[in-house]
Amino acid sequence: MFGTYDIPDQRNLLDRTRQGLIGAPLERPESGLKVCGVAPYAAEHHPPNCAEGVLVTATIPQGRVIALHKDEVLAMPGVLGVFADKRMLRRPAQGTAGKAPVQDVRAVEYHGQPIALVVAETFEQATHAAKALRVEYEASATVPLDPEGLETEPGRKPVVLGDLDQAMAEAAHSVDLTFTTEGHASAAMEPHASVAEWQGDDLTLWGSFQMISHNVKELADSLRIAPRHVRIRSAYVGGGFGSKLGISHDAVAAAIAARELGRPVRVVLSRQQVFDTITRRSETGQRLRLALDAGGYLAGIGHEAWVSNLPDEPFAEPVTQATEFLYSGENRKLAVNLARISRVTSGSVRAPGEAVGMQVLEAAMDELAEKAGFDPIELRKRNLPSSQPGKDRPYSSRMLIEALDQGARAFGWQDRKPRPCMTREGEWWLGMGVASAARVNMLRPAAARVRLEPDGSLRVQSDQTDIGTGSYAILGQIAGEMLGVPIARVTVELGDSSLPSGAGSGGSFGASSTGSAVFRACEAIRDKLAHRLGVPIEALELRDGMAIASGREVAVIELLRGEAMEEIGRIKPGKTDKDYAQASYGAFFCEVAVNAFTAETRLRRMLGAFGFGRVLNARTARSQCLGGMVWGIGSALTEELGFDLRDGQMTNHDLAGYHVPCHADIPALEVILLEERDAPASPIQAKGVGELAICGAAAAVANAIYNACGVRMHDFPMTPARLLPKLPDPF
Amino acid sequence: MKFFDYARATELSEAIGEFAKPIAGGTNLLDLMKLEVETPSRLMDINHIGLNEISPHGDGLRIGALVRNADCAADLRVRRDYPLLARAILAGASPQLRNRATTGGNLCQRTRCTYFMRLGTRCNKREPGSGCDAIGGVNRDHAIFGATEHCIATYPGDMAVALAALDASVQIEGIDGSRQVSLRDFHRLPDGDPHLDNVLTGGEIITSVKLPAPVGGKQIYRKIRDRASYAFALVSVAAIVTLDQGRITRADLAFGGVAHKPWHDPAVGRALIGNEPSDQLFSEAADLLVNQAKGQGGNDFKIPLLRRSLIAVLREATGIGGNDVRNL
Ligand SMILES: Cc1cc2nc3c(=O)[nH]c(=O)nc-3n(C[C@H](O)[C@H](O)[C@H](O)COP(=O)(O)OP(=O)(O)OC[C@H]3O[C@@H](n4cnc5c(N)ncnc54)[C@H](O)[C@@H]3O)c2cc1C
Ligand code: SF4
Repeated sequence: MFGTYDIPDQRNLLDRTRQGLIGAPLERPESGLKVCGVAPYAAEHHPPNCAEGVLVTATIPQGRVIALHKDEVLAMPGVLGVFADKRMLRRPAQGTAGKAPVQDVRAVEYHGQPIALVVAETFEQATHAAKALRVEYEASATVPLDPEGLETEPGRKPVVLGDLDQAMAEAAHSVDLTFTTEGHASAAMEPHASVAEWQGDDLTLWGSFQMISHNVKELADSLRIAPRHVRIRSAYVGGGFGSKLGISHDAVAAAIAARELGRPVRVVLSRQQVFDTITRRSETGQRLRLALDAGGYLAGIGHEAWVSNLPDEPFAEPVTQATEFLYSGENRKLAVNLARISRVTSGSVRAPGEAVGMQVLEAAMDELAEKAGFDPIELRKRNLPSSQPGKDRPYSSRMLIEALDQGARAFGWQDRKPRPCMTREGEWWLGMGVASAARVNMLRPAAARVRLEPDGSLRVQSDQTDIGTGSYAILGQIAGEMLGVPIARVTVELGDSSLPSGAGSGGSFGASSTGSAVFRACEAIRDKLAHRLGVPIEALELRDGMAIASGREVAVIELLRGEAMEEIGRIKPGKTDKDYAQASYGAFFCEVAVNAFTAETRLRRMLGAFGFGRVLNARTARSQCLGGMVWGIGSALTEELGFDLRDGQMTNHDLAGYHVPCHADIPALEVILLEERDAPASPIQAKGVGELAICGAAAAVANAIYNACGVRMHDFPMTPARLLPKLPDPF
Repeated sequence: MKFFDYARATELSEAIGEFAKPIAGGTNLLDLMKLEVETPSRLMDINHIGLNEISPHGDGLRIGALVRNADCAADLRVRRDYPLLARAILAGASPQLRNRATTGGNLCQRTRCTYFMRLGTRCNKREPGSGCDAIGGVNRDHAIFGATEHCIATYPGDMAVALAALDASVQIEGIDGSRQVSLRDFHRLPDGDPHLDNVLTGGEIITSVKLPAPVGGKQIYRKIRDRASYAFALVSVAAIVTLDQGRITRADLAFGGVAHKPWHDPAVGRALIGNEPSDQLFSEAADLLVNQAKGQGGNDFKIPLLRRSLIAVLREATGIGGNDVRNL
């Protein structure tokens, strides 16, 4: 049970178990606590005598702090300390870093970077003192603030196959397009927050995190202590979307101050600080070249992009990730280049890569379809390779054709007008668009403990986090299903680093990875039960607390003989990870209205059909798809980080300025879940769904805008300001 | 937030002439205090002085300064006789904010200029004489009318734009007595002293807004924004248009998101009156409106946007264009 996942598990065991929990649209067990406001989030832990810390942030884009006038601030009422420790973080940690990110706040690398922490008795005292702290800087003379046109360095291993230029030259139809997308923020509802409490040399930190076992290492390394001295607790997380994969400034600052002051310290980032200092999605410039031969088959694909990040930061928004495997075309050139600028760290934001990569690839496909005279669905379907180009490995499973076909039928795609500007409703042009969805699938190392208690109830434990996605629900469902325990008797404990290491929540891998660990622990328990019953494991059926085999029916608690049965299940990616191209797939359909006068775009309806392996919980999976589509709509129409190119400051660092879609922006959304079994992906035949529904959604909107009013938008988001100058005569 | 004293007035006389900042709904003031953009040393809570009723006044209505935006928009008389006002209020903020926000506070809400709201930048409105970082900076939200080299900010609100079209007036109370100011003159252009948003002087309080007798007509508030709700106007158009025997007899117009005050240009309305509605006429009126407009770079799009929005609103008001589905 310690092995890697090398051989696809084709048994589909969860199809034969009989508890009826898998796939059931069960409510999240913690949802009641959350809506009643009694699920404590990080900042809501109140150890006695807790002091309040507020970060001070830089007002220059780059340079050095040469003086902090601490004394003036220390004299202010309630102020307990001003910290500018060398160990404090300049940048947050990237996902899975597992070690300290860039430290030492005496240097400034971007506008808004934390440079000190002020701690006081009350939050208001600390906030005011933090604002009052006088800082002297030595500012750098020239600072690169605008990524556009900067020299770049390779950010990702390029893929070059065949001769793309020649394929373009010989193509029967081709497109060569340049797109831009603006930066995005995760904008999770719960701001980053930490409450640190020391007991001797041992730190307990209540924080808001996605990947606890890595976060422990990051925090310990930052503090220069051994990981065994750090315990992180993060039972409830109010959204992460990538921004809480790694630790950020609050955790280290709170721990340092708490140690120094000998009392617990809480540090909560303000909304503005979350925007200013937490990882963003890079803006991108992307050139797409598609070459179609006379037979209507892709002969070449070019996808070359620039993205930005701080100097030496390894993360480069991997926009070509899905382009590598989605469509055929033997001549390929895929590259992501990095511009180094003085702007808050870029890193993983929900669906890094595909979110903005698929957005433009799928818009380019639409233009190619039009040029070549294909229905856009047909063009996609005929260009799905049988093995991954350049790697020659099969696809683990791929429901793209089913998604396109079933989606088209359910949406009424046949009603789409073949040309733009054919439907007008008063001031509004109406149109429809389609796009494929694709997002790589990952299995990550994970462990979980399952304990069948002597009374027949079940306990599942892992440091896996639940960032609002449904981990509590699905892990309980898997265990209850495997061991025949009704869901009401299953308890799931998560988000505590003292528990076995789950995969964490990121890259859509939490459910399938930690779910597989739970599955394996349950398998071990099932083996033991079969043994006690004296039947072969294949003959064992567990349901409602009963073990049923060979005509016998025995209560499981009898088999337990008054003792608990406990197993830790583990999974690690193995051969199936390399032998198969693994991804989740889907299709988007949407109808938009574009105001012919004002260039406002309003969605009328949107449908997504998605195949992502086994559906573990139809409710939580559907919610992920809905949320993903909302993100896609934001990326299409409203979301963009603004920066002042003179000094690098972010100009819309709150939720009034950074426009996530609001309710009125979101029309009726429909989700079709396509049942699928993907054995190479995981022993529970499940893949990732958390990010899939973003990947391509914005392209469906762009393509619908074109179908409505005949404007091809290459710069996102497609705000009225950008669309207006291109609109045809409104009358 | 800076420390401050707090006092609660129980009648109007306690609130006026005070060297204190009035706080009503607090939805704007508290946000700015948290940012330390506003740092009053003393707050005077005016939520308990009455002035929270809508009452008849001559042929019109008087809306108390403490009437909540939500209550005003829901009032049957307002909805029947001044639908423009109800629509403009409902186009602003969110239900939660409108439940708190008051008539007086709404009129006095401050600009959303990003530099105004961030300490450490140069801003003549926040710190007179320091300069204006919006000029040459990110100024997508800024003014296309009446801006000066001292300030290019906009008044961001919606309700006041409707009130400007309705030709409402503002009742003000100070130690020297009361005065009445036309809504159209209540907000100022920035000129050389942009720290003054409006004509209130220290110690003065808005007590009510007076609406003249209802004028009927087609009343439209059109707000163009980056998302469908919960965003400030890129531009907005408030229009009251009356048609009689195929000719326009009334065209009261005001525009939001384009100036340091609700923008009212009587010439535009005059150009419409007496004419038969047509796209030609509307285009000419819209040209007249944007004639004097000047962009700052980031907000240049507002000029064609305002022009086209006005045309769309006039078409809607006069029934040109229709709303049917056409397959072309
Ligand atoms: C996220 C967000 C979105 C918003 N979106 C919109 C929008 O789309 N459209 C829109 O129009 N508005 C919008 N608003 C602004 C909102 O309308 C104002 O905050 C609100 O109207 C202010 O009213 P208040 O009573 O809360 O004022 P307060 O915050 O209490 O006061 C605001 C100012 O008015 C002064 N003041 C208050 N009452 C009086 C009085 N009687 N006499 C003299 N001075 C007084 C105060 O001293 C203060 O300077 C938004 C606000 C937020 C936070
Ligand atoms: S536009 Fe006005 S409010 Fe904005 S920075 Fe300039 S002076 Fe300040």
